[in-house]
Amino acid sequence: MLASIATFALTGVDSREVTVEVDVRRGLPAFTVVGLPDTGVREARERVRAALLNSGLEFPLQRITANLAPASMRKAGTGFDLALAVGVLVASGQVPAGAPDLTAVWGELSLGGVLRPVRGALAGALGARAAGYERLVVAVENAEEAALAGGLEVLPVPSLTRLVGLLRGRWRPDPPATRPATQPGSSPLPDLADVRGQQDAKRALEIAAAGGHNLLMVGPPGAGKTMTARRLPGILPPPSFDEALEITRIRGAAGLGDGRLARERPFRAPHHTTSPQGLVGGGPVPRPGEITLAHRGVLFLDEIAEFSRAALESLRQPLEDGVVEIIRGQRSLAFPARAMLVAACNPCPCARGAADCRCNEVDRLRYARRLSGPLLDRIDLICDVQPPPAAELVARVGAAERSAAVRDRVVAARERQARRLAGDEALCNGHMDGRATRRHAVLGARGTERLLGSVEAGTLTGRGHDRVLRLARTIADLAGRERIVAGDVEEALGYRLVSPVEIAA
Amino acid sequence: MTGACDACLRRGYLVGRLAARIAAMLDRPGKRVGALLSLPEEELVEAVAGRSAGDPAALLGGFEAAQARAEMADRHVRALCRHDGRYPPQLLQLQDAPAVLFVSGEGDLGLLAHDSSVAVVGTRRPSPYGREVAQDLGRGLGVAGVPVVSGLALGIDAEVHRGCLTADGLAVAVLACGPDVAYPRTNRRLYERVRERGLVVSELPPGQRPYRWSFPARNRIMAGLARITVVVEAADPSGSLITTQFATQLGRAVGAVPGQVTSRVAAGTNNLLKDGAAVVTGPQDLLDELFGSQSDEGRAARAQAAAGAIDDPVQLRLLEAVEASLGIDGICAHAGVPVREARAGLSRLERSGHVRRDPLGGYRRTAVPC
Repeated sequence: MLASIATFALTGVDSREVTVEVDVRRGLPAFTVVGLPDTGVREARERVRAALLNSGLEFPLQRITANLAPASMRKAGTGFDLALAVGVLVASGQVPAGAPDLTAVWGELSLGGVLRPVRGALAGALGARAAGYERLVVAVENAEEAALAGGLEVLPVPSLTRLVGLLRGRWRPDPPATRPATQPGSSPLPDLADVRGQQDAKRALEIAAAGGHNLLMVGPPGAGKTMTARRLPGILPPPSFDEALEITRIRGAAGLGDGRLARERPFRAPHHTTSPQGLVGGGPVPRPGEITLAHRGVLFLDEIAEFSRAALESLRQPLEDGVVEIIRGQRSLAFPARAMLVAACNPCPCARGAADCRCNEVDRLRYARRLSGPLLDRIDLICDVQPPPAAELVARVGAAERSAAVRDRVVAARERQARRLAGDEALCNGHMDGRATRRHAVLGARGTERLLGSVEAGTLTGRGHDRVLRLARTIADLAGRERIVAGDVEEALGYRLVSPVEIAA
Repeated sequence: MTGACDACLRRGYLVGRLAARIAAMLDRPGKRVGALLSLPEEELVEAVAGRSAGDPAALLGGFEAAQARAEMADRHVRALCRHDGRYPPQLLQLQDAPAVLFVSGEGDLGLLAHDSSVAVVGTRRPSPYGREVAQDLGRGLGVAGVPVVSGLALGIDAEVHRGCLTADGLAVAVLACGPDVAYPRTNRRLYERVRERGLVVSELPPGQRPYRWSFPARNRIMAGLARITVVVEAADPSGSLITTQFATQLGRAVGAVPGQVTSRVAAGTNNLLKDGAAVVTGPQDLLDELFGSQSDEGRAARAQAAAGAIDDPVQLRLLEAVEASLGIDGICAHAGVPVREARAGLSRLERSGHVRRDPLGGYRRTAVPC
């Protein structure tokens, strides 16, 4: 008899439907799996056999052939166990043939017949919903995450025995428990008020958050660069439901999720020894890289000068396009990669701080050049992070502004931009290209005069010009002004990043 | 007069053709061009290429003045020979003065003959102090309308040109390669800026790459053009000291900026001072030397150099804080302004040239008086 069961395979951060066809007929007892299975999938035969027998079910002593369709796609992982087991049960007549209609199953089996969770439950559930299934059977641990997809019934099943009960119509599981999503604001995210001093970094962080500008923090080790950068997700606007779903799906696919809906933006801080593949994703079975894990959130590169040049260069395209394309053989995969970049480095190679620095100008320039020019071109702001003076360290806690207050201003500025940029490709000022910048960042006579003054003084190049306009636009948006005033331009000039390419001349 | 006569042009191109052979002969440490470049054509060819090379005409391989002129026009290079009235007369004091100068850039050719140019040279690896002084000299002289001659090398040379251009001054860069070759590559944007407003000069024809020998040869031209040669930071021995040797031979004034006695790059300049070079602590010393401290010209130049004074108290406090090399937060605290105003104020100071920005965003006080 032939059975056909729907399941899903994780491809990067998305899922793809796989139909498991099982044929059981007379012949020498054998169990063959075809359809480009890897070792993990072939081992499923042993798990399925043991799980069936240990659950008091029958493993037919007949010739069993299973095909994973589409047969041309390589299959990896352990998520096919459950579909194979159900296929064998249906094909050997142990459960009614029509029982699994409009039902997809996804899970790994233990030898004892217990359902184990798989990575990417939300991606699978979204795939099942899109493919028109009404029910999805998953392990109990996966149920909450899968249920976030909505629009289909998620059936948490603890074991193969229970599943047979369900298919025979003798048992119904309780709907998956949903714990309340963490509320924004009440979250355990670190608060900006905990950072003493750092007025310059805080202001730069606010501008960066408001306009979606990438930021470079410069300061000696131990000054608080990482601590300050970690506060950025807390002042970015809370993710919309769709964004939260995206974040949860990616986290789940990478095996990092806790099953709940993500209510805060991710913050990823890969170490500087991370390979290009680790940053942008890849591998024989493509896995998302750090920039994808930071999608809709913040990618923090500490000690950016220590990253390999290849790693930094690999980030350039994703930062520009918001997506990573991975090409493997005939298939290409797209990973979302819309993240804000915050980089940090020391002011000079000796990293001793201004007072004891022994570097000469050439050393400093050489160090600055190590930061890949093309990547720096994507960074709009630079800020200064110095160890706070002793007086700040003992100052009253709570004197500083809280993240929530800053976030309110950021949200207002973002709304302003969204209205202005409606219909444009860019979603915020930081993403505006040259043409959009010129259209939306119009200066008055005095602002123009300030900008031209800097060009004439030789301190501003054409490259830096657009950067300053974008920053000035955001500074005005933060102040709730449509008009960009001269003071905005001057502040923007103060924060602009001068790339080493410009300094060379 | 069109700038260069055919004979001089031919001589200029001959030196260009021989450049690689001269290099093969001389480019070893310690070797100098010496009197080689003063030899007449046949002897020069014989000295460089040997008797077997035959006559210079063959070596020049059918040199056509018209063709050379067309090539120069293509590359926006002008030529100036000693028979042109605008050829700098002070250069002729050199026994091996180049027959022809190849010039690129939009500046006025007459500029080269200016009787009070100043050459400022120095190390390629200066300290921040050296950079500031160099830029300040360039700016101060530029403001006063004195042509500033340097070599477009990394370090001090570049800062001098930069300072001069900031002040909209008359910048003259003497290169060791063809005047249309931006060398070193790092300075190519600066090279373009010099060309936009000043002059780039060389004795080598367009397209020539630099050789080891052509750097000291270039130094003699810098010394020859300038009434005073100033060194801002140089090790001992160094190329900058070769320039001062040429200046001394020509009987021109030599100045040096005093440096820290423990600094390697101050050894050369401090030794010059021991040997009696004039002490230079700022552009004013040079203007006094050129025009006399009491002269009207001196006073006018001084007044111009002091232009751009700061009267806003907040700006002054910001400047003090930058000098104390506090971080941005420290600067805010010192000036008593919120960070937004501090950033805006600093960008105003940057525009007026009082502070300079480090590659990684830090601010540094320049030598511009306030």
